[in-house]
Amino acid sequence: MKAFKNPALALLGLCLLGVALNFSVNAYIQLILLFAGVNCLLSMSLNLVNGYTGQFSLGHAGFMAIGAYFSAYASTRWSFAPSSLLVVQYFVFTLGAGLVAAVAGFLVGLPSLRLKGDYLAIVTLGFGEIIRVALLNMDFVGGPRGLSGIPGFGSFLWSFAFASLWIVICFFTIWRVMHSSHGRGFLSVREDEIAAEAMGINTTRMKVKAFVLSSFFAGVAGALFAHFTNFINPSSFTFLQSVNAVIMVVLGGMGSMTGSIVAAIIITVLPEALRPLQELTGVDLRMVIYSLSLVLMMILRPKGLFGDMELSDVWRKYVRRSA
Amino acid sequence: MQDFVQHLINGVSLGSIYALIALGYTMVYGILKMINFAHSDVYMVGAFAAYYFARWIGIENDPGLSTLLTLIVVSMICCSLLGLVIERLAYRPLRNSPKLNVLITAIGVSLFLEYSGQVVFGADPKVFPEVMKDFVIFSIGNVEVRSFDVTVLVVGLLAMLALQFLLFKTKIGRAMRAVSANPMVASLMGVNPDRIIAFTFVVGSSLAGVGSVLVGMKYPKIDPLMGMMIGLKAFVAAVLGGIGNVGGAVLGAMIMGLSEEMVVAYLSSTYRDALAFGILIVILIFKPAGLLGKYSVEKV
Repeated sequence: MKAFKNPALALLGLCLLGVALNFSVNAYIQLILLFAGVNCLLSMSLNLVNGYTGQFSLGHAGFMAIGAYFSAYASTRWSFAPSSLLVVQYFVFTLGAGLVAAVAGFLVGLPSLRLKGDYLAIVTLGFGEIIRVALLNMDFVGGPRGLSGIPGFGSFLWSFAFASLWIVICFFTIWRVMHSSHGRGFLSVREDEIAAEAMGINTTRMKVKAFVLSSFFAGVAGALFAHFTNFINPSSFTFLQSVNAVIMVVLGGMGSMTGSIVAAIIITVLPEALRPLQELTGVDLRMVIYSLSLVLMMILRPKGLFGDMELSDVWRKYVRRSA
Repeated sequence: MQDFVQHLINGVSLGSIYALIALGYTMVYGILKMINFAHSDVYMVGAFAAYYFARWIGIENDPGLSTLLTLIVVSMICCSLLGLVIERLAYRPLRNSPKLNVLITAIGVSLFLEYSGQVVFGADPKVFPEVMKDFVIFSIGNVEVRSFDVTVLVVGLLAMLALQFLLFKTKIGRAMRAVSANPMVASLMGVNPDRIIAFTFVVGSSLAGVGSVLVGMKYPKIDPLMGMMIGLKAFVAAVLGGIGNVGGAVLGAMIMGLSEEMVVAYLSSTYRDALAFGILIVILIFKPAGLLGKYSVEKV
């Protein structure tokens, strides 16, 4: 039971925050916060592959799309629970979305993870695009029209609680994995593949494991996204969405869980916060600033905000010492 | 049969455009071992440079060979300057950093050019000036050989021959090959790698400039995101032929152009974008070094 203490406390804290937000901010900000939650899941899961395992994946949006479409399709067609147990039904569908995405991750990862570096990036990009084009050509999920009328969670409070639940599950799953022998395997693959292999680690297997787990949470993130927006179509999951996820991981620091969360929140909130600037100048400079800052950061601070430290390490290193 | 020959001609014409852009990818990869994602956007800027130049000196409604050549030269100059600036400001500071950071920078530069393009040029598509009249040069049965296809093929071929000459018959070409093989040893032999790398960017980008005018001529609708898809396909072509290999890039581009044309003709046009990546994935899984590439064993 002790193992569940921290996750339970974190979930409780997030839910209390949700209650507070429910009464204090307007619907626009609430929606942005929900997207921040989706992005947190995306960046944490991608961090597992790009940050901890050192493999460069550019196809995260594809797995997100699979999850989103599964959950959207399921909840419009196969609703099984009575209205009082809808929460259970949503949980089952998001879980299913994650599992389907994980299977897709396995199928994609098995052949492509034998490649390295740039090639892997391009192949994952390719798979992401192929998934999108395939969805575009599937008529039973609406093709280019997309799926509309996806049921949401009803209220902001429920949505936020649901997002919090998955964020907590994702965070603690990856945290525990990274502190197990699997996690050390991932890290060894990142540090030196040849040395890892010499120590008896099946590197391809490690990479596929990381990839599958990462795809699982990407699928969950996609499912949440579908229920929050109530509408999805293939153009929600383009190459740019994958790049966005990569940017979050890089900004937060490759291999920093809390860094990914902070970066996901920044990346979601920043474009909205820059809206006044758009009104001031009359042109949409947000994405220009966004991409420019990516380049500048790679040159000036290539390891991201936190490097591979966690928020708690940063706290210990800088704040406590100066106090 | 006649349809097939017509598709063959169209495919070769498309393939030579891909080849021009793929050469830029392959040259930069050969020398720096990095994917220059911004290359496709350099190409986009080239198209816009030609567009604005043509309007500026008032030749947008003056089709002819002189217009074509002027625009190609202007586009080449703009693209090579842009390539030079990108190399100097974004890639050179990262020369010794991990590959991942360089890749992310390249994506950043690409996004920067795309979005600045949307701000500066406007997001709506523009109509490229009429560079040349499209007429049928000769026809055999129902197979038409149009002036566009011939121009694209001739200009592309000339550019590729010039590149071949530059790489294998000149001193600077030898220096480029030397830096590509081993920058350290090349610099010991009195080659300045930084200068050679900058020159590579100039050459690659100016080929993209040529490509941009040819595409503008053939498909006269240009917008700031036009480079995205064609860039990805050109890159796939470069990988298909064996990245870093000039002949491979041309071969890969021809295969890409032909197969795309055939898929559109005989299957469905919605699958044309998936096809590029399908080919890429199959190639990388079964022959990671590409058709003409050499597979190198990693030494510890």
